[in-house]
Amino acid sequence: MTSGRVSAVYGGRVSNPIEIRGLVKAFGTVRALDGLDLEVEQGEVHGFLGPNGSGKSTTIRVLLGLLRASAGSVRLLDGDPWADAAALHRRLAYVPGDVTLWPNLTGGEVIDLLGRLRGGLDERRRAELVERFELDPTKKGRTYSKGNRQKVALIAALASDVELLLLDEPTSGLDPLMEAVFQECVDDFRATGGTVLLSSHILAEVERLCDRVSIIRAGRCVESGTLTQLRHLTRTTVRAETTRPTEGLGDLAGVHDLLVEGHRVAFEVDTSALPAALAALQDAGIGTLTATPPTLEELFMRHYGDEVSQAEGSGS
Amino acid sequence: MTGAGQLLRHFLRRDRWMLLAWSVGITLLYWSQAVSVKGLYATQAEFDKAAAAMEANTAFIAMTGPARALNTVGGQVTWQAAAFGAITIGLMSMFLVVRHTRAEEESGRDEMLRAAAVGRGATTAATLLVVLVANLLTGTLVSLSLISVPLAAPDSLALGVGLAAVGMLFAAVALLAAQLTSSPRAAYGITGAVIGAAYMLRAVGDVGSPALSWLSPIGWYQGMHAFSGVRWWPLALLVLATMPVVVVAGATFGRRDHGSGVLAARPGPSRADPRLGTPLGLAWRQQRGSLIGWSVGLLLTGLSYGSLGTDVGDLLGDSATTQEMFIRGGTDLVEGFYATAIVMLALMSCGYAVSTALRPRHDESSGVAEILLATGLSRSRWLLAQVVFTVCGSALVVTAAGLGLGLGYALSTGDGSAVGTYLVATLPYLAPVLVLSGLARLLFGLRARFAPLAWAGLLFAVVVLFFGPVLRIPEWLQDVSPFHHLALVPAEDFRWQPLLALALVAAVTSALGQVLFRRRDVEMR
Repeated sequence: MTSGRVSAVYGGRVSNPIEIRGLVKAFGTVRALDGLDLEVEQGEVHGFLGPNGSGKSTTIRVLLGLLRASAGSVRLLDGDPWADAAALHRRLAYVPGDVTLWPNLTGGEVIDLLGRLRGGLDERRRAELVERFELDPTKKGRTYSKGNRQKVALIAALASDVELLLLDEPTSGLDPLMEAVFQECVDDFRATGGTVLLSSHILAEVERLCDRVSIIRAGRCVESGTLTQLRHLTRTTVRAETTRPTEGLGDLAGVHDLLVEGHRVAFEVDTSALPAALAALQDAGIGTLTATPPTLEELFMRHYGDEVSQAEGSGS
Repeated sequence: MTGAGQLLRHFLRRDRWMLLAWSVGITLLYWSQAVSVKGLYATQAEFDKAAAAMEANTAFIAMTGPARALNTVGGQVTWQAAAFGAITIGLMSMFLVVRHTRAEEESGRDEMLRAAAVGRGATTAATLLVVLVANLLTGTLVSLSLISVPLAAPDSLALGVGLAAVGMLFAAVALLAAQLTSSPRAAYGITGAVIGAAYMLRAVGDVGSPALSWLSPIGWYQGMHAFSGVRWWPLALLVLATMPVVVVAGATFGRRDHGSGVLAARPGPSRADPRLGTPLGLAWRQQRGSLIGWSVGLLLTGLSYGSLGTDVGDLLGDSATTQEMFIRGGTDLVEGFYATAIVMLALMSCGYAVSTALRPRHDESSGVAEILLATGLSRSRWLLAQVVFTVCGSALVVTAAGLGLGLGYALSTGDGSAVGTYLVATLPYLAPVLVLSGLARLLFGLRARFAPLAWAGLLFAVVVLFFGPVLRIPEWLQDVSPFHHLALVPAEDFRWQPLLALALVAAVTSALGQVLFRRRDVEMR
């Protein structure tokens, strides 16, 4: 079924597996999604990030046709996720962040059941995954720990012959060894041309796996791009010791939180203002200099945190 | 035991409404028996005649207990209520104990509690105290209600205290079962089997071999002979048997690891049976236990009604109330009684029909529906499989009820043709039963959380059947009940039209529920 992994071509344009425009989902008066845009391209692993309650799971459930969009357009694998749900689901697999199993079915039975309902699973891969994830498939659903329930759903999803994976914090409860196995599996899946939407809070996982990320807050997408692009949008921390007092640093647009202590300065600077700031330091005679690129954490804190205004986020 | 007192308060708070419901329910079982028997017979001669008929009916004795002083109100209460009271208080104790021990351990909440400054045995001790409170409360209420009738105080006290002691014995059994198994279901299974065995032992014993009754705790309770020369020493048997069981349960608890049972959980199959690959196969796998349980239960209930045979006339007496209650078609009392018995069996079958129609709602709130509906399984196919199971399962349950009724009647009267007659008379009641399950589906289609309101529909039907004439409920309102339309066979002649109309209503409500479900959001946890 590898041929199925190539998306339909319309008028020479390859359409994206996931295309969401202006999606609104209201529960009563609460707008869980408020004009969300999201594009996931063919063959990429797309990180989907945002604080708790920002609407990640709601988005995925709209994509699964479990929730009906209040407004906006949603295209999934060139279909309508609400109207064509069952047909589309044969081409994708879903892993929720908190897997519920039937208390009296064994893990092995659940894997087979879900695989059959999805239209069959790859026997060889099933056996291999059970081995790699070290799952005991003979235990009853009620006796599995949280991590083991996740493994059951992951194996069922990864052993299915599908072109898209929708993963909603799939590794919560997994130990670091299993986390590594999961990452290898996602690599393998991508290597065969599959597309992944990965909602996650584990930044190392996102950094390691994702080609592009989208960050959502309060039901809207505030940032989208490759990690390199996103890094450019944030500030570098600079500390320096100069031979003479620095001049004009405070007047530069793009320099923030300037701290001057005699010949020592520390500040944060936007990527765009970095050359000008370095020039100012040069003029003062650089003794020592450290420049720290933003960590992923800082990147996300900036977008998650309340002090950042929406305009600043989406304007850049 | 550190923290046991605090846990006890916490448990009592959690359980207060449940405890009250169980105790009041069990008390009503005794009290209503006393009140209804008092009004049933106009003269003592009539009462004596009924009592003689009851004493001669072996099936009745097997069902209830040894026949003693049946021509007195107290004797009747003891006879009719003691065995069922013992089963019910046993179930109450079982649910209470397992709920606070094994179920808490499985859910992981017990782990949090034990990590706090709480002694190792505190949950167990607090659980035993809660169940003791529940049993004493029930016993006291039963005694007081009987004294208020008024019945003799010492005998009323014996019935109440004995009941509490039986409850504690079954609580101890449940506590031991909770140590043996690692799942609450298995603990319920073991305790239920013990309660069932106790009931069966005394049934066989009371009919022919009295020694067997002395192997059963329920037999000991009935051996106290309330209202027929009360004696207290069998109470000592109950107390003496309870203590070693509690000690063994405590010792087992002290030796085993948290979360595990003495009997290791058996591993299951690593691959799914081919039949599990369809939504119907899944429904069968999930619900076969309850289907078999309900079918057997209604078969036995039908059997017990049927075994009354033609004695019904003598048993019910000639009072105006019974005449009004049973002779609706204006013909024969026996036929009238069985027509009503069929409606009662159908109402019990609704318990199955509604509870299975609520399964999709449980799947939705537990989260398994989300996983299922994210596969190639469409919403309509998923729900349709559930509907098929509900319809076929309800048909089986109703058939079992009718078959039991016919068999019981045939066995007691020797009239073999009764099997077919009563089965055919019962089957049309599948239609009103399905109307209620259709109602559950319609509500489910609107909103998952509305679905349990279908129980109100059943309650309404029960009220109309039993109290409609007494409460003078207007005819149009009585007509809302789906059970108010079918001809009362065998008292009346069968009519097709109401049956077809009810079947149509059931189909339409069910289909509407399906359509609505396809259009709404799947509710999230």
